[in-house]
Order: sequence, then C-alpha cells, then structure tokens
Amino acid sequence: MEFGFAIVIGGLYAAGFYMMLRRNIVKFILGLSLLGHGANLLIFTAAGLTRGNAPLTAGSGNMMMADPVPQALILTAIVIGFGVTAFMLVLAGRVSQLSGADNVDALRESEKPTT
Amino acid sequence: MNLLPVYPVAGLILWTAVCVALYRYPRAQTMVTALALLSAWGAALVLLLTVTRHGPVALFVGNWPAPYGITFVADRLSTLMTTTALTVTLCVFAYTTFSSEQALIRHGFYPAMLAMTGGVCGAFLTGDLFNLYVWFEVLLMGSFALIALGGGRKQLEGALKYVAINLVSSALFLAGAGILYGSLGTLNMADLAVKMHLQGMPRLSTAVAALFLCAFGIKAALFPFFFWLPASYHTPPAAVNALFGALMTKVGVFAMIRVFTLVFPHETGVTHTLLLILAGFSMLVGAMGAYGQWEIRRVFSFSIIGQIGYVVMGLALDTPLALAGALFFLVHNMIVKTALLLTGGIAERLAGTGDIRRLGGLYAGRPVLAYGYLLCALSLAGVPPLSGFFGKLALIQAGFSGRAWVVTTIAIAASFLSLAYGMKVWIYAFWRPAPADVLDMAPGWRSPRVESAARGMTWSVVALAGLMLLMSVFSGPVMAYCVTTAEGLLDPAEYLRAVLGNGGAAR
Repeated sequence: MEFGFAIVIGGLYAAGFYMMLRRNIVKFILGLSLLGHGANLLIFTAAGLTRGNAPLTAGSGNMMMADPVPQALILTAIVIGFGVTAFMLVLAGRVSQLSGADNVDALRESEKPTT
Repeated sequence: MNLLPVYPVAGLILWTAVCVALYRYPRAQTMVTALALLSAWGAALVLLLTVTRHGPVALFVGNWPAPYGITFVADRLSTLMTTTALTVTLCVFAYTTFSSEQALIRHGFYPAMLAMTGGVCGAFLTGDLFNLYVWFEVLLMGSFALIALGGGRKQLEGALKYVAINLVSSALFLAGAGILYGSLGTLNMADLAVKMHLQGMPRLSTAVAALFLCAFGIKAALFPFFFWLPASYHTPPAAVNALFGALMTKVGVFAMIRVFTLVFPHETGVTHTLLLILAGFSMLVGAMGAYGQWEIRRVFSFSIIGQIGYVVMGLALDTPLALAGALFFLVHNMIVKTALLLTGGIAERLAGTGDIRRLGGLYAGRPVLAYGYLLCALSLAGVPPLSGFFGKLALIQAGFSGRAWVVTTIAIAASFLSLAYGMKVWIYAFWRPAPADVLDMAPGWRSPRVESAARGMTWSVVALAGLMLLMSVFSGPVMAYCVTTAEGLLDPAEYLRAVLGNGGAAR
C-alpha cells in the first residue's frame, strides 16, 4: 500500500516540478498546487496508513483507529493552500493584464538595472 | 496559567480584525494600529524581563500537556527577536504615519502590517513545528498583501516572483514536517529534540535536514536561493521595503537557528559544513551585488543577502561565541537595515528618485538625516566602536578559533566591501553638492506638505540610529545576554524542562 502511495507522490512531485519549470504563469500555479498535493499525500503516507475506524468517534473505544493528527495537518494545509492559490491566481491575472503576457520570461520590469 | 506568551500574537491578530472593520476610516486605523503595536511591544518587553529572570515560559494552548497540544514557548531567543521586531515595526509605523502616503494607507497598509507582524511574532514564539508552518503562512499572507499594495506593473511583477518562490519554500517545509512526524510521531519541537536524541532517524535525518535547509534558505535569501530578493524587495514603497528587510528574511534565519540547534544538533557533519559554504558565498555575493546597484534601496536590499550570510556563518560554526555573535549581529542588523532603507525612502520623497547618480547635497541640506545615515552605514560595515563591529568581532574570533580560515577571510573581505557600498551612497547622495537639475535639498524649497513629512520621517531614522548607538554603548551587557542565549541554544535543558516538565530534563 505504502509503495503505491510512494509512486503516486513521486509522480505528483515530478509533474509539479515539470509544470513549474514551464514558462507559462498558469502552468506554474498548477505545478505549485500539484506540489502541495504531493506534500499533503506525503504527510498522509509518512504518518502510516492504518486500516481502522475513524478516530475520536463514539464507537472507536478500544478498536484500531487512524491517527487523527496527520488528517488535521492535511486539512490545515489544504485550507491554506486554497487561500494562497486563490491569491496567486488573482495576482497572476492582474500581472498578465498589465504586462500583456503570460510568459515568465517577459516579466523583466522589476529586475531592470536603473539607467 | 500565564497567558503572556500568546498576547503579542493573539493581540496583533485581533487588532488586525478591528483594523479591517475600520477599513474606510484611516485615522481610526492609525489609532488602533498604534494601540496594538504599543500593547504588543509592552507585552514583549515584560516577557523579555520575565524570561531573563526566571527562564523559559511555556503556554499550553487549551491546557493540553506538551506533546499533544500546541505549545507557545518564550525563551531568551524568541523574546529577544519578538522585542526587536516590534521595536522596529513601531519605527516603520511612525515613518508611515508621518509620510502621509494616503494611497498606501487607504489600500490597507495598517491591517496588512499588523497581520504580518502578528505572524512574525507567532513564528518566534511557537514551540510546535507545524504551528511554525502555519505562522509562516500567516505572515506570508500579510506580506503578499503588503508587497502588492496598490502597485503598478513593476511592483506586481516583483510581487508575483516573491509569492511564487515563497510558496515553493512552504511546500518543502510542509514535506519536511510530514516526514518528521511520520518518523518520530511528534511535532512539538522540544519533544522532537528529545526523540531525536534518544532514537534518532537513521538514513532520513540528513535528508529532512536538507529539506528544512532549502525551505528556510529560500525564506532567508541564502546563497543559491536569493534570486527572488533583488527582483522584488525594492519594488514596493519604502515603508514596506524596510519592514520586509527588517523582518522577513530574519524570520527565515531564526527558524534555521531554532531547528538546527534544537531538532538537528547532531547533523554537524553534513549540514553545518554545507551551511558554512553557503554562508561564505552569501557574504561575497551580497556585498558584491550591493556594490553594483545605483538606487539606495536596491543597494541595501541586496546587501541583506550578505548579512544573512554572517548570521548563518555563526550558526554553522556551532560554538557559543559564534552563535552569540550571530544573534548580536541579527538584532543589530534588524535595526540598522531598517534605518538605511527608510533613509532611501526619505531621499526618494525629497528628490523623486532613489538613484544616487541623480542625488546630491543631502548632507548640506539635511544634516540630521545625513548623520543618521552615516552612523548606520558605518555600523553596518562594522566600524568600531559601533554595534556592527562587536557582532563581527565575535564571529571572526569564533571563525579563527574554529579554524574556518576561508570563511573568516571572506567575512573580513565582505566587511570592506560593505564599507565601500555604504560610502558609495554617502559620497554620491550626501557628500557631493546636488546636481544642477535637482532642486536644492535644503528645507524651504519644497511644498510644506513634503517638508513636514520629511521632518517626521527623519525622526524614525534618528530613533533607529539612537537605538543602534545604545546597543553600541551597552554592547557588553547585550553581548553577555547573547552569550547566555547561545549557551541555552546549545544546551537546551531549560527549554525542554519548561515544555516537557521534568521528563524533558532526563536528556
């Protein structure tokens, strides 16, 4: 089971980095969210995959139950990731409106030496 | 239960909400922000005194005992950083209020600044690794808003680069935290320290340490990860630039110090050698890059990279003296860097440009500002008897006694370079007479609005220069404080006892 997850995580990371190395801003943001998903799945897998009941419910008394901490961590990370991705999409939209390009190579305005 | 450690954080976040509610009333926002910052600053000061007298204080959120709930820990390092950060923020706040840049304030500068400062204090005071991640995101969200405030094309392009690289860094941090939890079953930093000591993480610990090194290295703008900084820091208005220069990279380097002294103290073989090499390159690249710039704020933004190098050098040498030097230098740098970046902002306000080739006559026209700048620039370069000298002295001494000849030589050479770029700005913008096409810098040539703003803004620089002078005069006690702090970092028994009770002291 862990092995399968490891392959998926590796795939997500590879795809994420590949997308981030493209020159299109939107592809970069997609790559970033893939990277976030990879990290979330990594937490989930690294903390151990337990086949058991839902944690902290009435019936879960002495039975085998899943570790609630990684679930809480992932939930937090997903919410944060949602917020920052939304912000970044708006920012990218505004930048491409102003510069008329969606290519990161065209974004040289802030790095130009002062003449 | 002592609620004090959480006040600077919770207080600032709550006041942010009040500030947002008063979005349409800038005057009320100013009052609220002043109140919020002053009360947080007071709390931080009380905390500093308490911790100095009685040792680290831990706060267990929701009264869950240490490894289960989230813990806030105020130890000597975190209170020192919190107090300095809030002091500097107060000065930037005063600068913004005097500058009366209505556009900036109307777009929500104050709430964004409060949110960011709250996040910074949270990152300093938390004792939980995942909570550190959350605070990083909080302060990033505030900084994203600040860097994009009302900007044109140039500023938004800078903001996009800043946002993108910081999100990559957060993803790496998250992965590192996940692997640590998977291996050791805890995220409480004190508990991690104990578990790391008792059972360790064979095979994985170096990889995880490298993940954290990359994540915090990006945030701190350390050598191979620094490219985003000169592309973005100079684009927002001077107040935002100064706030970032004072706080953002410093939080990254603080996290590095915290994690590498507490969680990975046994990784000295690989990571600390790597850190030493990166520190050497950072010092060199930062100083050379800064020398090549022509705008005041670009010079001192680029030089941040070099000063981060000095702090990381102290961390990599891993002796009490080196760490004490690094901490002293860090505090000194937060103060001086803010003053220099704000000086750039004032020059821009007066002349309409920060390009030193088009500036001149600031010494003749604005002697108070000029002396403030000169003292801070000399201190930044490490000219005795100013505060930068004592930090560098400790670092270089530790470097020679640690037989790190190359890095120590680079540290000395980079100091000369930083003197060179400080003096380059001094000669062009301050010392020589104003070029013919520039309005005389003396008071009386500009509109009363600009005049009164410039006078008020200069007060912030004077206050920061005064703080720097105080730190130079009392360098003995401050250095003694830093040495005790460094010893506490290298032998965290007190920290562990405060968080874990006597079980932690078994280490």
